[in-house]
Amino acid sequence: MGFKNSVIWLYFSSPRNFYPFAGKLIPWFGWLAAVLMIIGLYIGFFVAPPVLSDQKEYYVIIFIHVPAAWMSMFIYIIMSLYAFIALVWNIKMSEMMATALAPTGAMFTFLALWTGALWGRPSWGAYWVWDARLTSELILLFLYIGFMSLQSAIDDPRRAARASGLLAVVGAINVPIIYFSVRWWNTLHQGFSVQPAQTQQLMDPSIKWGMLILALAFWMYTIAVVLYRVRTIILERERQTTWVQELVSSKS
Amino acid sequence: MSESSLLLASRSMLVRDLTLAMRRKADVLTTLFFFLIVVSLFPLGVGPQMEMLRGIAPGVIWVAALLASMLSLGRLFSDDYQDGTLEQILLEPHPLSVLVLSKVLAHWLLSGLPLVIFSPLLAMQLGLDGEAIVLLLITLMLGTPALSLIGAVGAALTLGLRGGGVLISLLVLPLYIPILIFGAGAVESQNAGLGAQAHLSILGAFLMLTLVFAPISTATALRISMD
Repeated sequence: MGFKNSVIWLYFSSPRNFYPFAGKLIPWFGWLAAVLMIIGLYIGFFVAPPVLSDQKEYYVIIFIHVPAAWMSMFIYIIMSLYAFIALVWNIKMSEMMATALAPTGAMFTFLALWTGALWGRPSWGAYWVWDARLTSELILLFLYIGFMSLQSAIDDPRRAARASGLLAVVGAINVPIIYFSVRWWNTLHQGFSVQPAQTQQLMDPSIKWGMLILALAFWMYTIAVVLYRVRTIILERERQTTWVQELVSSKS
Repeated sequence: MSESSLLLASRSMLVRDLTLAMRRKADVLTTLFFFLIVVSLFPLGVGPQMEMLRGIAPGVIWVAALLASMLSLGRLFSDDYQDGTLEQILLEPHPLSVLVLSKVLAHWLLSGLPLVIFSPLLAMQLGLDGEAIVLLLITLMLGTPALSLIGAVGAALTLGLRGGGVLISLLVLPLYIPILIFGAGAVESQNAGLGAQAHLSILGAFLMLTLVFAPISTATALRISMD
């Protein structure tokens, strides 16, 4: 069984085999994302109660904010795992996946920060506070931007992928260190700390379900978009190979 | 390869880098003056009230040290890269990470240590008292080598790239944040009566961690860049 599985993985680690496979998967994940997003937003707008403890309707931004924040961290982990695999086993497809994940991760990080600011204004009275979680999310955005700028600064695609991959791995080691440092820094300053503990106890199950379904929708969206992007990267990086040239000439 | 030849190689690397720097003293002095000027700009920007300056002094000195250390990173490998020395270093029969460590040590002696030595002067200008100055000196002593070590990874990754100088700040500054937090936090924690023991221990731990992992990562990054 193990042998068979590893053969399948090796089969798809070749860009030539992965390209058509990714093409077949995209519509599935795309439609799943759309359907789940509609269900999640319906729960958010019509099923969930209009009040969450002391917060009024504006709290419904939670349905975008929390899943986006989850995805921003999750994608960074996956990205650095792909980068690690690419560095250690020298798998080209893995490099391309890491490259393809970064823009989506950065987008979710930005979305989490932006919706957080919009939510913070009515509930805390400020768009931005130097809370530990906000600060580490901002640093995560910087890490994504560093990854993407290093990638775009290097012309040779192979070096670009490997250099930014190493940066992603170094960054992943640092993420927990940064998080705990920022938390300690924050408690030392006795800053604004928002503990959602009481809120969570009072939380209506429909809110929890809405958040989970939207997180799943974002996840499916990420897979669809990343597969689409990785197909473009494959075409770009493999353009000298015969199979890409045949593919392009047969299409045109 | 015997052990002594590795020691010899890393020592001659250190001596070579220091000698080269001594032949061009301006490079070393530029970093130091940058540090002095940046710190002097803060009172001009925020006002001369001694009370406030005392409050922000550790943070200001630390941020300035961070920027100064980062600015000098560009030179860490680029000269050797341009004249082909780096390729020779990569071909050496010794572990690249050990040779990298000597280069980083040279970098710290030339750009980190002068900042540490001059920081009490600036701290006095910003109104810190004797005890706080000694503490700040210790944090800088522990923290600036770690800055050089982390920075080396960024310098190796951006080797020979256009706009490498700006890019390196984007890569390295987020990774400097923990050191900044505990370095600048030590004095404040001491003033708050909590003691700085924990901060110093963590800074020491960061130094040990980077001492082990940064040379390996830098060596990998150099191999990627020179591929």
